[in-house]
Amino acid sequence: MSLALLPNPLLAGFTGAFEFIFSKQESSVTGGNKVGGIEQVLELAWTQVELSLLALLLAMLIAIPAGLYFGHRGKGELVAVGIGNAGRAIPELAAIVLVATVIGVGFPVLVLVLALLGIPPILTNTFVGVTQVDRASVDASRGVGMTEPQIIRKVELPLAVPSIMTGIRGATVNIVATATIAPLAGVLTLGDFILGENVYGVNGVLAGAICTAILALIFEFALAGLQRRLTSKGLRLQQAQ
Amino acid sequence: MNSAVISGPLAAGGGAESFFHERSGETLPCQARAAHLFCWDWATEHINRFGTPALQQFELVVISVVIGFAIAFAFALLAHRYRPLQWPFLAGTGVLFAIPSIAFFLLLLPITGRGRETAIIALSAYTLQIIYRNVMQGLNNVPESAKDSARGMGLTRRQILWKVELPLAIPEIIGGIRIATVSTVAIATLAVFAHAGGLGTQIYTAGNETFPTAIIIAGGIAILMALGIDAVLLTVQRLTTPWRRAQKEAVA
Repeated sequence: MSLALLPNPLLAGFTGAFEFIFSKQESSVTGGNKVGGIEQVLELAWTQVELSLLALLLAMLIAIPAGLYFGHRGKGELVAVGIGNAGRAIPELAAIVLVATVIGVGFPVLVLVLALLGIPPILTNTFVGVTQVDRASVDASRGVGMTEPQIIRKVELPLAVPSIMTGIRGATVNIVATATIAPLAGVLTLGDFILGENVYGVNGVLAGAICTAILALIFEFALAGLQRRLTSKGLRLQQAQ
Repeated sequence: MNSAVISGPLAAGGGAESFFHERSGETLPCQARAAHLFCWDWATEHINRFGTPALQQFELVVISVVIGFAIAFAFALLAHRYRPLQWPFLAGTGVLFAIPSIAFFLLLLPITGRGRETAIIALSAYTLQIIYRNVMQGLNNVPESAKDSARGMGLTRRQILWKVELPLAIPEIIGGIRIATVSTVAIATLAVFAHAGGLGTQIYTAGNETFPTAIIIAGGIAILMALGIDAVLLTVQRLTTPWRRAQKEAVA
């Protein structure tokens, strides 16, 4: 089979997108404004990173302590697991667009909304992680004279790290994906390329998709690396067996 | 409340008024007034327009989860038999999981264009990791003693898999399908950007956001659909594992 036959339209499609990423293009909209290029890509990407990181941090600040506390007490299972299930069912598009039309648009509002979307998976996984810690370990720590806060910090938290990180990674996937449609609420992220076909053209849409995917994977790999570093050595050995 | 001020390419075009231009002759109907969060009149009058999108969304979800399950289940059985495959499958499905669906839809633009197939490919790719992880977890949680007994009774490896390990793993397997389905219902709302229809069409149309009443109804239907499917699957889970009333919640 001829090699030139199959990949040609494919390659052509992607070539245009890469040109859009690296050099400015004439916009299809009047006014002759140039769009695209590495500067605009980086600017939009940075907004998306800022938005996602702030939302993630806020979600972690709320969900991890709450999950640790309730997990340690062994109370509120229905609520903790229920929040996780309910959170999953919320359609991100509806949430973003509704907030934009009812509350208003802007960076702080979006950080808040994205954080709310990130809380359920972190809360549930922290809770489950702590409750799955071997009760014998907790009893032993109490036996050697640890206080309850010490048990949470030095025993339950380290043992729950893999589960907590699973929650954080799930939340991040959600937050980064939803940050992509942030332009619907007035914050211009890489999704602006995807949503603005009449300004950026098909190449811009594709370029936006490529950059968004790369950004999401950078987050994913960074968190996977972090998970490795945070998981205690003993736990890693146990998992390897 | 202040009306949404949107910069960038989305600034072009009006809001709710232009979307419902057919009513523009009347004196400011309820849905055109920004202060109204929910217009019951409009809702009762126009509820029919949500039928087809809801059905489209349901179809997208069911087809995607079925395809995703078939692939993930096959991966899991392979990895269960050939352990070294575990890591590459986990990493590969992880990458597909991490890519935002909206980006995935449009990455497929030069390959499959826009439409239902595109949405289904991206949505099923998203479900792989969730289902794969849960099936693996279920198989790994089967007690060694159960497998030993089966071996002692003279069951072959294949018989052990299908008659002992998989039945014991049903709670985790269905748990994975539940998580995948509920998330996919929510995400399938974005299929509007792949021109694949669904409830998203009632939230975002022709480059414009619709208005609160329509958004709330569309979002509400999506949530009810997710919870409904979840309840059905939970029932299936209970019926197929009569020996295990206290089912574990799958972690994902």
